[in-house]
Parts: sequence; C-alpha cells; structure tokens
Amino acid sequence: MLPQVEPGQTPGTDTLPQAPQEPLRHLLGLEHLSAEQINSILDLAAHMKAVNSRRIKKLPTLRGVTVLTFFVENSTRTRMSFELAAKRLSADTMSFTASSSSLAKGETLIDTARNLEAMGPDIVIIRHSCSGAPALLARTVNCGIVNAGDGSHEHPTQGLLDIFTLRERLGDLRGKKVAIIGDIAHSRVARSNIFGMQKLGVDVHVAGPATMLPHAIEDLGCTAWPRVEPAMEGADAIMMLRIQRERQGNDLIPSSHEYHRFFGLDEQRLKLAKPGALVMHPGPMNRGVEIAPEVADGEQSVILQQVENGVAVRMAVLYLVGASRGLEPQG
Amino acid sequence: MRHVLNAQDLPADARVLLDRPAIDAVLTQMAAEIQAMAWPRDVELPLADRPKPWLCGIQRGGVALAKELAEVIARDYGWTPELGAIDVTLYRDDTWLKGPRAVEGVTRLPGDVSGQRVLLVDDVLFTGRTIRAALNVLMDFGRPEAVRLVVMADRGGRELPVAADLTGRKLDVARHESAELCVDGQNRLLSVIVRPKNP
Repeated sequence: MLPQVEPGQTPGTDTLPQAPQEPLRHLLGLEHLSAEQINSILDLAAHMKAVNSRRIKKLPTLRGVTVLTFFVENSTRTRMSFELAAKRLSADTMSFTASSSSLAKGETLIDTARNLEAMGPDIVIIRHSCSGAPALLARTVNCGIVNAGDGSHEHPTQGLLDIFTLRERLGDLRGKKVAIIGDIAHSRVARSNIFGMQKLGVDVHVAGPATMLPHAIEDLGCTAWPRVEPAMEGADAIMMLRIQRERQGNDLIPSSHEYHRFFGLDEQRLKLAKPGALVMHPGPMNRGVEIAPEVADGEQSVILQQVENGVAVRMAVLYLVGASRGLEPQG
Repeated sequence: MRHVLNAQDLPADARVLLDRPAIDAVLTQMAAEIQAMAWPRDVELPLADRPKPWLCGIQRGGVALAKELAEVIARDYGWTPELGAIDVTLYRDDTWLKGPRAVEGVTRLPGDVSGQRVLLVDDVLFTGRTIRAALNVLMDFGRPEAVRLVVMADRGGRELPVAADLTGRKLDVARHESAELCVDGQNRLLSVIVRPKNP
C-alpha cells in the first residue's frame, strides 16, 4: 500500500496501530518470507522512495553500522545500488571483490568470511556463483547476511524490487497474471519472483525454450509453457530475462537470432498481453535478443523504474536487517 | 494514538484525563495563544508582512491534532494554516534497543521549509526524544526561520532538554502509565486517556 495519506489526515481505521515490525535477521531468499513480511518490506520501501525524491537524500537511521559488499561474482549495478542504499541510510560501506582478493589465491569462502568478520561489519551483502553461499555465511559468521544473488538459487532484492514496481503500477496483485520469459532454469531472478509474487496472489506463468525450462518448475506453483504465446496472453506484466551467454555458452539455444524470433518480446507479441501491460527486465538487456529495442524503450517499459525502485527496496532491507541486529545479544 | 469507535469504547483500565468538551476548550485556548505568539523576526516586519506559521504534526497523534487546531484557527481568526506531517520512525534513537519498526505515516511538508515559521505539533510530550527526532527531520528539508513546539498535553518525564513553547494542559501521569490520545475512525480527537503501560 502506497503512503497516499494527505498531510493533516492520518490513516483511517484500516491501519490500526501497527504491530512492531517483525525482525529480519538475514535476507537469504523470498521462499521463506510470508506475504505479510513481503508487504511490510515494500511498505517501508515506499517511504524510502519518498526520501529519495528529497533534496537531501539522507537518513540517519544506520549511523555507525558497517555494511560490507562481498561480491565473489561480478556485478556493478547491484553493488552500486546496495552501496547507494547503505549510504543514504548513513551506514559506512566497504567493498570486497573476488578478482582482487585472497579468494583468487586459494582461501576458502569460510576463511575469507571469518577474516572479514574480524573487521566487524554488521551486514554482509554477498553475491556468489554457488547457490547456498549466503546461507552458509549466515551459519558461519555473526553478521546480518543479505543475499545479492547466489548461483541459480535466489536474488531476493531483485524479486522485491520487481514486485514493488508491479504493486506501484497495478495495486493489489491478487489475480494478476505475470509472464516470466527466458532461461528459467538458470535464473535466480525468476526463482525469487516465482516465490515472492505467488505469495501475493499473482498468477505466474513461465516460458522459454525446453532446454531452459526445468521439468519440475511447476512444483513451485507456477504454470510453464514451452512457447511464449500462451504465457503472454492476457498478462498484466511481462518480465523478460537476460540470455546469460557467459554462463551457458551456446549449448541451450542454436542462435540468438532464432531465440529472438521464437522467444523475444517485440511489438507484435506485446499485443498478446493486456493493453498497457508492463514490460520488465532485470538488466542488463541484450537488445535484439530477448527484447526488441522499440519495446525496451516503449511507453509500457518500466525497466528504468525497476532500477530506481531497487535503491528504495534495498534501503528497506538494510534498515530491517540492520535494526534487527540490535536485538541480538551483545557479546 | 489509539483508534476507538466511540468515546465509551475504551480499554477497561483506562482513565479519561481530557474528554471532548475539555479538548474543545484546550483547542480554543491553544489557537488563541498561537495567534498571539511572538516570533524572532516580528520586530523587523510590519504586522501584515509577517509570515503565517505552518502546523506540522508528528505522526500520528500530532497530525490529527494539527488538523483540528487549524480548523479552530480558521473559525476564530479567519486564516487557515498550511498543514504538514512528520514521521520520525527512521530518525529514532532507540532503533538499536527495540529493533525495526513499521513507519507510522508519511512525511510531507507543504513546500520548501527554508525561511518558514514552523509549529511542530504533538499530542503528548513525554521524554522529548520524539521532538529531537522531529527537529532532525525538519532540518533535513532545509533551514526554517524558527520552529516552535506546540503540545496538547505535557506529562513531564523529560529525558532531553526539550520544552514546549505552548502547552494545552499539564497532566499528572506516573512513569509506569502511558498517556494516549484517542481518535475515532475519521481521526477526530475523542479524549486523552491514561492507563498502565503495556508490559
């Protein structure tokens, strides 16, 4: 629910005095969050977004908190988004990247993490190519852990910012149809979105080449299609995933041209969706492969709003994880 | 702030300190004092040029109070103050003691705060910590000409050097009790009650 209360009015009886926000010690994925927890993160993100439109874009909330970005897999924009979010909350940030680090010299992940822990970060934001690395850290080190993408498991803040963008545009998400198109098998973005969206009542349809559709994906509750048309038909939003050439090589699809022809989103296919349906992409885009340039830049595209909302959503997550640290017994 | 459907619908252990007629009297008196309030730059400015102060309520009780105060000022003095709302959740100093909290409401000011006269409005003044936080919120938007603190009730128990410029009523409330503003479904003020603090 967006804060649309005018000054001079307070929320009506529908927002009775709120229960204290549930603590969030780590954010490892959306699979184990409840709908209430997701909604409360998104409500908070709406307030953070309002701060981001002020002239002085700064809150004192995480003063004295140290945030470490621990990116063992490359990513510039996710790291920047997290760092900006941390700075807007007045946290101190440091970053650790794999290429320049001891991991390249053969140190184990746990040893590296223990060394970093000795510097006393309160929150560690980790990206790693192995699924489950954040969960391993959460068991090993005494810090709040935020998963910034682990292997093909989850990318919870991306899922949250996608759902935030949907909720901002579509309101109540119950009964809305969202199509997620692309390499579902290797996409942590898809998995976080499937978990998160379904909790809020979204009817999630996934589609992609058969080589990119895990056979048991429907066990997660979504509907899977080997063609894009039935997934896109009547959709309220279409999310295109990036074809990750650096990850899969060329084994899964014969050519990017053919992929575009059968699975890409162009103006013709967009007409299958509801009029005004949202076009989403977690970035970086391969123009002319999964998405046609005129659609990516078109009126229905909310791709850049997703990036903007990412900072607000990450501020909300860092606040919750940071403030929940205060509840830990001090040793 | 507590929502109750009607004035009779109060917790069993509550004692009413101010009922609606008493609140009416307090609002009328507070409006008169706001009207007569002196501001630092008044000596330099002729009466007609003196800017009118904003009423900025602190979420959520102060926002409800500011709205009704503005109505009384409009009724008795013929001008309608601009209203703002301030939420202090993300500026609190007890985040580390109490963990994360849900934000209570929006922060929205009627315009650029720089150079403005601002009346910070809150329902019950207690430790002063909320006021400290609210001042920091205001300063993050700019540099007001002056800020004055207006509260409906002062229950004592200050922990910071904060004093109200205008107090509706002084209340006698023990430390183990909590004083709360009650409002109805439309956020109209109903009463101020006191009851034992939640364990």
